[in-house]
Amino acid sequence: MSAMGEFAVILLSAVLVNNYVLTKFLGICPFLGVSGKTETAIGMSFAVMFVMTLASTASWLVQRYILIPLDLLYLQTIFFILIIATLVQFIEMMIHKVSPVLYQGLGIYLPLITTNCAVLGVALLNVQQENTFITSALYGFGAALGFALVLVLFSGLRERMEGAPIPDAFKGSAVSLITAGMMSLAFLGFSGLVKV
Amino acid sequence: MEQLLYAILSLGTFAFIAGITLAIASKAFHIEGDPLADKIDALLPQTQCGQCGYPGCRPYADAVAKLEVNVNHCVPGGERTMLSIADLMGVEPKALDEEESVPVVAFVREDECIGCTLCIKACPVDAIIGAPKQYHTVVADQCTGCVLCLEPCPVDCIDMIQKPELLEHWSWPLPETHRAQLGAERRESHHD
Amino acid sequence: MIKSLLNTLGFTSPPFDGGITPNMCKWTEGSSIKTCPLPPVLIVPLKQHIGQPCTPLVKIGDLVLRGQKIAKAEGYLSAPVHAPTSGKVIKIEEHAIPHPSGMGMVSIFIEPDGKDQRDMLLDPMTNWLQRDPAELRERVRMCGIVGLGGAAFPTFIKLLKDQRHPIETVILNGIECEPFLTNDHRLMVENSATILHGLHIVMHMLGAKKAIIAIEDNKIDAVQAMRENVDLLGDDLIRVEVLPTRYPQGSEKQLIESLTGKQVPAGKLPMHIGVLCQNIGTVKAIDDAVMLGHAITERVITVSGDAVPNPANMLVRLGTSMRFIYAQCGLEKFDNIQILHGGPMMGERLRHPDIPVIKSSTGLLAISDARMKVAHQVEEPCIRCGHCSEVCPVNLVPNLLADHCRNDQLERAANYDLFDCIECGACSYVCPSHIPLVHYFRYGKGQTAQMRREQSFAEVSRLRSEGRDARLQREKDEKAAKRRKLRATLRSESVLNTANEEKTATQPKTEVND
Repeated sequence: MSAMGEFAVILLSAVLVNNYVLTKFLGICPFLGVSGKTETAIGMSFAVMFVMTLASTASWLVQRYILIPLDLLYLQTIFFILIIATLVQFIEMMIHKVSPVLYQGLGIYLPLITTNCAVLGVALLNVQQENTFITSALYGFGAALGFALVLVLFSGLRERMEGAPIPDAFKGSAVSLITAGMMSLAFLGFSGLVKV
Repeated sequence: MEQLLYAILSLGTFAFIAGITLAIASKAFHIEGDPLADKIDALLPQTQCGQCGYPGCRPYADAVAKLEVNVNHCVPGGERTMLSIADLMGVEPKALDEEESVPVVAFVREDECIGCTLCIKACPVDAIIGAPKQYHTVVADQCTGCVLCLEPCPVDCIDMIQKPELLEHWSWPLPETHRAQLGAERRESHHD
Repeated sequence: MIKSLLNTLGFTSPPFDGGITPNMCKWTEGSSIKTCPLPPVLIVPLKQHIGQPCTPLVKIGDLVLRGQKIAKAEGYLSAPVHAPTSGKVIKIEEHAIPHPSGMGMVSIFIEPDGKDQRDMLLDPMTNWLQRDPAELRERVRMCGIVGLGGAAFPTFIKLLKDQRHPIETVILNGIECEPFLTNDHRLMVENSATILHGLHIVMHMLGAKKAIIAIEDNKIDAVQAMRENVDLLGDDLIRVEVLPTRYPQGSEKQLIESLTGKQVPAGKLPMHIGVLCQNIGTVKAIDDAVMLGHAITERVITVSGDAVPNPANMLVRLGTSMRFIYAQCGLEKFDNIQILHGGPMMGERLRHPDIPVIKSSTGLLAISDARMKVAHQVEEPCIRCGHCSEVCPVNLVPNLLADHCRNDQLERAANYDLFDCIECGACSYVCPSHIPLVHYFRYGKGQTAQMRREQSFAEVSRLRSEGRDARLQREKDEKAAKRRKLRATLRSESVLNTANEEKTATQPKTEVND
């Protein structure tokens, strides 16, 4: 397979087939937390995209040039969290400056990207799968793109549900979880799309 | 022993670099003032009535932006203003302090007015005109209905009258069907 | 030519996106226009158009002539009001008008003297071809002509010869796609020569190169009448186009799309693509204004519906009470009957028949409750069948929009182009769940307008409040500056004084109060 083809396969599998939210069930917390409005969902998507892509490349570099040569693999988690936390702090300041409304809208979920398991998950999986530098960057970006896709789709659904006549017992998070479950079932349909 | 040293050194150095980067970033992204307060201020009805406990709309907006007070203290803004601020801030809507009132304007009963100019001084939007020892009158189009002029009037010659309903400003009510009523109830249940 | 042939044979696809084909119920298409007698009193509201209300020019007790201006237009977007007959002004007070709110409007009450004398103030302009278009336009404005198709937009505004947007094509709208209404139809059959003449005047005013007379294929006699007259003149600039019957083809933008295939962009006017639409009745009124100098004092309306014993097309004076007109058609009792002003799709339901006819009245319908079914009272949940989106002539998603409007999500509704909705009612007509979609849109539009008004008022108040604060601050500063200055002079004076005292201790001190 050509290099371009391989990249396409990685991207496609990260976005659709192995979608982090709907098939790996990582990063559910912001997925349910900030999907109330499409604008905040888009803002969150960009923030996660930024953090995830940079975190996966930085963690690859750290793994390759610090952890392996110095035989410090047991410090992996601490190092990765440090990278992610730095990036999150950085983007938090940036969003506060650029769009205060978005900052207010994202609220607690913005610093919580640090503990977004999807971000750490991507960094760790990259190392586990022994990806190269380029592929790990691509994998990180693809995963973030997948996260963004389902987040925005879900926020659109929730905006519509706001006006829908839902039985009292299902109002609020109950119907959100049901919808998320159905989306997950739909995304299962993508499995088998990419044959490696 | 060597292992330990490497671990401490590498982690320390890395953390140090990250710290420096963040310090630089915080300087670069430093913000002056509070842009959020501007947005909130734009949503407020600008009656400057002081019913929220702040001297005007802007101070209230500042306080809301700093999360010092709840979003539900603007009486003239009513439910819609409260909901839009709550929406902007991403906080839960809260029931209003007081019942929403019909829009009113001040009206001076001119034959009783003694021309003391006290109401003119009290009006936050300069909507009362008149000179000392002359009748005063309220420019109805500019009156925000804040009732601040009632208190200072020594002869109680100011009434709050309902704003006249204009044909051009009439708008369709919700359809009178069961489901439309459900929608209205759902909106009201925001309060509880 | 081929297209029109195919259209008449029904070979082509629907001419514009969406639309419906309701039961047309054109029961009065064969009955010629009857003249309605003068009622005992005429009630003339001061606003019969889109725009500013007029100010009355007459007092109680004044004698007026037919066509005399009794109220003058205020502002640009307005049209003057004329006395519909000669007689005496008996009172000027608020009276109900055809408006969904049921609210009133100041109206002039005229008691006819039966002589029906005309005011001959305006000369006929038989030499209109030599006249300046601006002069003709002024005549149209003075005669109070508004769009008689129901919108009542002041016509002279549309007739501006604008260099930036030259009008190539004038479309004469003889579609009349609303069920029941046949007033334009009858006008075309009976007054085809006058209408064609009026069309020539409009073309002259705009410098238009061609004109299309658009008629739906359920009015073949009107097509024939117009074609005969066009052939008589041997005019190849005007062509009569037959379109398949489809609602809401009579709506300006949809008609243009059907005829030219061009879409008028959202927020733009037909003149931006070089087209102008005029209604049949309006063109006749223009011809009367120019050729005879007659202001608009009467119009043709269709009185129909299953509750009307003798449906008819009537030439009525503006200001005639609807009760009087219904009585002419044999309807006297209004129990279990719904009265509609306008067509059944876009018209408004009125609460009682004691309301005068105005310039925008196209029809008066009286339909029994049983036939109306009062279907929209039982609104059921949306089943997402998508029929409403299919029939929407402006390609909106009505079910979603209605949800947003119902829940007061006005900004979101505006994002889904609520304001492009033409309120044609096609979506409500097809909805299997009987959701009154258009009613929700009207609600949403009204609430949005209200919100915008409040916002702009708040903005003005904020500026005033800031201005006041600035003024108070300035006054305070000035006062402080004055006080400082006073103090400074005092100090220097007191210094001087002490110096003086030292010299002449007997000199009295000047006392100064701060």
